[in-house]
Amino acid sequence: MSETENRKRETGAFFQRDRDWHPPAFAPGYKTSVLRSPRKALLSLDNTISEITGPVFGHSMLGELDNDLIHNFAKPGESAIGERIIVHGRVLDERGRPVAGALLEFWQANAGGRYRHKKESYLAPLDPNFGGCGRAITDENGYYGFRTIRPGAYPWPNGVNDWRPAHIHFSVFGHGFAQRLITQMYFEGDPMIWKCPIVGTIPDRRAIEQLIAPLDWANTIPMDARAYKFDIVLRGRRSTFFENRPEGN
Amino acid sequence: MVQDLGYLKETASQTAGPYVHIGLTPNFGGISGVFESDLGSAMVNDETLGPRIAVTGRVIDGAGAPLKDALIEIWQADAAGLYNSPSETRGAADPNFTGWGRSPTSAEDGTFVFETIKPGRVPFKNGRLMAPHISFWIVARGINIGLHTRMYFPDEAAANAEDPLLQRIEHRHRAETLVAGGQSPNYVFDIHLQGEKETVFLDI
Ligand SMILES: [Fe+2]
Repeated sequence: MSETENRKRETGAFFQRDRDWHPPAFAPGYKTSVLRSPRKALLSLDNTISEITGPVFGHSMLGELDNDLIHNFAKPGESAIGERIIVHGRVLDERGRPVAGALLEFWQANAGGRYRHKKESYLAPLDPNFGGCGRAITDENGYYGFRTIRPGAYPWPNGVNDWRPAHIHFSVFGHGFAQRLITQMYFEGDPMIWKCPIVGTIPDRRAIEQLIAPLDWANTIPMDARAYKFDIVLRGRRSTFFENRPEGN
Repeated sequence: MVQDLGYLKETASQTAGPYVHIGLTPNFGGISGVFESDLGSAMVNDETLGPRIAVTGRVIDGAGAPLKDALIEIWQADAAGLYNSPSETRGAADPNFTGWGRSPTSAEDGTFVFETIKPGRVPFKNGRLMAPHISFWIVARGINIGLHTRMYFPDEAAANAEDPLLQRIEHRHRAETLVAGGQSPNYVFDIHLQGEKETVFLDI
């Protein structure tokens, strides 16, 4: 477990979550939240060791194609259909420090907006060469990247005519269980972002803009794939300079 | 003007949506061949120390129906009360116990299942011991930000009575929502999102 040892032992509690920045549990514009939202006040408590700690995911668990959704489900010699893109960026904490060893898992619809799932009923076709899942672990500087196809927009039952803008779902596992986060990445220039009831659960426009990945022309690979940059920020840790010394020592 | 603190804002949460199983438990979701196995599906092996337990349960919505598209993660100490984490400074945890598990709720009846061990006690900030507990995190379609809660054990009444988190719950009957049913080694922890039995969720 050298990856464990290389990581400095961090024992500070995490910054409190800004609950006004995140979507509230009850957001009636997104109808499913009505019956699935806690209605009583959350119990607020500073972190204990149960929240400060978290498991380690080693790079050795990754397969060669885990971060290549164009090929990780495709038959040999074939590839997924769609606009080839690279999504890359950094995982930082609220203090701006890179989060090394963060596990990122992503899933998405295919180029036509169809998910590979038995409950999915959209009439767009499946792509036999596209599964729709992948994962990566950040390096020592917090960097990650993966190859995929740009997902299509799709309709969903909420209002009569609600559509999701093109998006990629991200699950992020940092260093502590309290940092656990699931979010979605959107694409620069998509007018549908501002029509989406799920995006609209987020009360602050700046928080939405933080979910929109810009086209990263500099990192686009000529004759191959365009790049989008998506940085992710996890909760920061308090400094432990003071907290680690019991009174009187 | 004063100096800028320079802090970044945490990335906003978005719902895991109806297809979270594609991303987090793809083999369960019918996508095989991408990852060998689903992460978090095995917490113990033959060498793991401590009494084996099973924790099953459901996540129940405001209409009384179990969620069949949810995903649950748990995190817990080993039998000696140590976390298998770089942030654990009190000693080395059991290398044969991950402490972390992930389970989808089933499409048939919405149950989740964890095969694990009973955790030891870990200290609160002031050194007082907390009662044995398992941390839970719940995501699903319709849940805009992952829900944190804890499961305590029904056969630990004395430890539960002095647990600093349970003591913080103002209405005593609500503390019972965090105590599992069943008995050793088969515990049952139903999580109620709303209603009279709404589980105490944590802003932690
Ligand atoms: Fe989606």
